[in-house]
Amino acid sequence: MGKVNHANNVKNSGSFAAGVRDYSEEGRHYYSPGYTPGEEEVLAAFRITPQPGVSREEAAAAVAAESSSGTWTTVWSDLLTDQARYAGRTYRIEPVPGNEDQFIAYIAYPLDLFEEGSMANLMSSIVGNVFGFKAVRALRLEDLRIPGVLLKTFQGPPHGIQVERDRLNKYGRPLLGATMKPKLGLSAKNYGRVVYEALRGGLDLTKDDENITSQPFMRWYDRFSFVMEGVKKAEAETGERKGHYLNVTAGDMEEMYRRAELAKKLESPIIMVDYLTVGFTAFTSLSKWCRENGMLLHIHRAMHAVMDRQPNHGIHWRVLAKWCRVVGGDHVHNGTVVGKLEGDRASTIGINDLLREDSIKADKSRGIYFDQDWHAMPGMFPVASGGIHVWHIPELLHIFGDDVILQFGGGTLGHPWGSAAGATANRVALEASVLARNEGRDLLAEGSEILKEAARFSPELKKALETWQDIRFDFDTVDKLEPVQ
Amino acid sequence: MRTETFSYLPQLTTEQIKKQVAYILKNGWIPGIEFSRELDPYNSFWSYWKLPFFNAERVDEVMQELDACREANPDAYIRLTGYDNIKQGQVLSFVAYRP
Repeated sequence: MGKVNHANNVKNSGSFAAGVRDYSEEGRHYYSPGYTPGEEEVLAAFRITPQPGVSREEAAAAVAAESSSGTWTTVWSDLLTDQARYAGRTYRIEPVPGNEDQFIAYIAYPLDLFEEGSMANLMSSIVGNVFGFKAVRALRLEDLRIPGVLLKTFQGPPHGIQVERDRLNKYGRPLLGATMKPKLGLSAKNYGRVVYEALRGGLDLTKDDENITSQPFMRWYDRFSFVMEGVKKAEAETGERKGHYLNVTAGDMEEMYRRAELAKKLESPIIMVDYLTVGFTAFTSLSKWCRENGMLLHIHRAMHAVMDRQPNHGIHWRVLAKWCRVVGGDHVHNGTVVGKLEGDRASTIGINDLLREDSIKADKSRGIYFDQDWHAMPGMFPVASGGIHVWHIPELLHIFGDDVILQFGGGTLGHPWGSAAGATANRVALEASVLARNEGRDLLAEGSEILKEAARFSPELKKALETWQDIRFDFDTVDKLEPVQ
Repeated sequence: MRTETFSYLPQLTTEQIKKQVAYILKNGWIPGIEFSRELDPYNSFWSYWKLPFFNAERVDEVMQELDACREANPDAYIRLTGYDNIKQGQVLSFVAYRP
């Protein structure tokens, strides 16, 4: 086995011998069971589904080789370098419980393979050509440990959770947001009105939908101007700091900077970008601009499901989320656990930790394959958004704690009395839940009771509770964690 | 005018404030008291009432300081804060009394 695509099997005896050799052949390093990776190596966990007839060892070695120094045939110039120094090594293979077709390969990559501060380079190697490689039927990157020495060459979040709290003067509770609707088709002045109504009612932050950029019905300059008028007016009326994620996602970098500069001139505290659709290099540049200009950066994740939803192929969301923190956003959307969007519960909570905490331990029951230390890189706010409403608030607070942004789009704008009332209902429900939690009450057992008590003094909340009484999203999760053995 | 956390709830009772102080102490955070005569959302630095209470152990100690601050500043907004010296910032803050 392993010979499927290999014409012959040539030994390298010091002089160049042309031909094709097994990737897993001894002396080629790509399959090194028992190898102990160093602290400075990049570690990857791949879920591999090999082609029939290809052994696990050969498939794993092939992935290690193709994502590091190897190619399909031997080349004379291999002999000009020290291959032991540049080879990715599969150091462990693990079965997948209940699935004979797949296995997990752990691969260690030497630090020297990667350029400092370049996510593009890291991705071109680790999730590059190897994903189209014929010897594997499917391939998925489940987790990636980024060593401190490499991590420190990246900027990370422009500001991070604690600085954002200080800048926005919001403590001891999740932040409340909403995405403005309808997604498309409002004029700039009408759009500014929708922002103003939601903020004056009690939200902290509102958000552009990701596909709002600068269409004919609402050009960016007009949107930014009217939105910021709404933000300032809501601040003056409520006495609280507010913000709106102005989406600067555009077709080229110069245009993104132009839009970011206007946001800064208008004193917006925050802008947003769709980090996967603009690409990691554009994201990196914008993140650095945000650090230099005191601007918070909200990250939308459109396109992530193209890469992360298939359980056997692609890149797991936890890896894309880690890359988001490494390069640098202050917020990023993560699952809600309870809403309309996909996301296994334990996995979602594990990813929250990867986004927020300083040091996360490997825990397969949460889908985390490696310890990850962040070496003082600030944490990001996970954003829970999509199909959540006021009844979910106690459970969301229980699951996520304080360091999260809860975004209720339909759950704010869909209130029968309008979005200001919807915002007030959510804010009252949130504060009542925080107060109750701090007093030692059990949010899961007493959640409904806590909300009903608060509704006695808040007609807005009472109405919201009636409106969304029976709305649930009980579909099965497609991408589930497997049982841990 | 609103004043951030808990400002959308009815004025907290003394019993409710005590429970929040207990929550701060239980988490190992450092309670602090700040006051201001004006509400300006962009004023980050209200006046300190003494230093944060680094050695506070009991709810009563903090409540006494809150009362003393209130007596000395009857015309001020008074807020209670919780500092987490690991996160190096405030982790809870709310206006306990309004003039």
